[in-house]
Amino acid sequence: MKSVIEKIGSSIVLVIERLGFAVRLFFDSFYWLFFGRKYKQKLRLAQVAEQVRVIGFDALPIVMALAFVVGVMLSIQLLYAFADFGAESQVLLAIAKSVTREFSPLIIGIIIAGRSGAALAAKIGSQVVSQEIDALRVMGVVPVRYLVLPPLLGLIISMPLLILIADFMAILGGAFFSVDTLDMSLMAYMNESFDVLAINDITQGLVKSIVFGIIIALVGATTGFNVTGGAEGVGKATTTAVVASIATIVVADMIFSYFLTQAL
Amino acid sequence: MRDNLITIKKLVTHYGERKILDGVDLNVKEGEIRVIMGGSGSGKSTLLWHIMGLYQATSGSISILGHDMDKLKFHEKHELLRKIGVSFQNGALFSSMTIGENVAFPLTEFTNLDENTIRIISRMKLEVVNLGGFQKLMPSQLSGGMIKRAALARAIVMDPKLLFFDEPSAGLDPVVASEIDDLILKLRDAMGMTMVVVTHELDSAFKIADKITVLDQGKILLTGTVEEVKNSNIQRVQDLLERRARNDTVDPEEYLKRLTQENYTIS
Repeated sequence: MKSVIEKIGSSIVLVIERLGFAVRLFFDSFYWLFFGRKYKQKLRLAQVAEQVRVIGFDALPIVMALAFVVGVMLSIQLLYAFADFGAESQVLLAIAKSVTREFSPLIIGIIIAGRSGAALAAKIGSQVVSQEIDALRVMGVVPVRYLVLPPLLGLIISMPLLILIADFMAILGGAFFSVDTLDMSLMAYMNESFDVLAINDITQGLVKSIVFGIIIALVGATTGFNVTGGAEGVGKATTTAVVASIATIVVADMIFSYFLTQAL
Repeated sequence: MRDNLITIKKLVTHYGERKILDGVDLNVKEGEIRVIMGGSGSGKSTLLWHIMGLYQATSGSISILGHDMDKLKFHEKHELLRKIGVSFQNGALFSSMTIGENVAFPLTEFTNLDENTIRIISRMKLEVVNLGGFQKLMPSQLSGGMIKRAALARAIVMDPKLLFFDEPSAGLDPVVASEIDDLILKLRDAMGMTMVVVTHELDSAFKIADKITVLDQGKILLTGTVEEVKNSNIQRVQDLLERRARNDTVDPEEYLKRLTQENYTIS
């Protein structure tokens, strides 16, 4: 019994510790973004551009394909559900709103957590194991500025761009499946979808995506920096990073959905 | 009278509960090659990490190039670190960069030199360590000795006044190890660097050292010239030189405790 309580206690302590670490990484990153130049710790734009390419551009094919599939899937389900009320025409509105406000940030968040969050944890983790972080520190390079800030900015820039593309692709996917039932042309469907969308619908998705990007970077970096136990530790950290960032994203999504829906 | 570049007074450090260094005093003069010797677990690497300010000491003071490490602000410490070169035991080269990029890294980070100048300087340093022409290779494509030499090139690329070596010849065959020793001597003579070398290789220590500090279980046994160490009549020093196993007497009570007690950690 005692050992169970002990385990619960120590895992709570660990979670709080990691949370504190992540928050500190966040503030440190922005500190170095604004004051780094003064102390010869300046951020290289080429590094950020490279991250945008790896995180954003390279993910385009999978993001576009999956967003399209999600759109098709939604229209299948909604056409079926709305048919009972004879409200098929509302499918267009439901897809447009749910995709922009909810599905594309969530799905893309999960994809990018699996792609870039895991990669970040593995990269930093293996650098911890091979003493590369120590090497940076003894050279006088602040590891946060060099290793965390570029992917953090890369994610903050890439995520909203990916979301806009995913929004379009998911609506296109929805259109693709429902135009026959609704007896509309593809162009008319797309035009009407954009008409029913309010600015708020789009911005809600964009705000969420930036938050998810920050979560992915911080969780990935935090688990990476805390790797112990060699190669096996790196493997574990990668898994932890993916699971923890997806879990955090889902919970954050719920919280943001609640507040953003209340406000608007 | 040459200045002390490193002054350590009564350094005590812990790793968790375990005491690693126990009242270490150390003075290293400008232009000196100081070898820190001792068996595994004697605390020699820990001492090196503390000198570089990577860990927080329990008590004592460390002063490097005239700066008290404890009193330095975060930024001042980083500035100081740029004047120090470090060659790690495993090289610690960035595995995602080529050898050339690794060596050029400190220059691209901390100087405003243009690309051509950086390329020329880093290639010159690679020539110094006999790795001319290897700049396009990745660290994983190099042998152990080449990695150590590449790491050395990276350590000296900013022309540091002070150079630290963690086990330069560990895991290398005698010929390559001897080449690294020659390189260390060459660097000191050509560039006037002060060096602190941590090693447990006797041959290498005797070859390069101006002075040797022998560390055992966190305490300094002896600091002296090669001759003084060779002629020392301290039992532990002789054991190290003769490669004799430690003949500690076993405390039966402590022994039983180690075997039986749950959650036992060495103190």
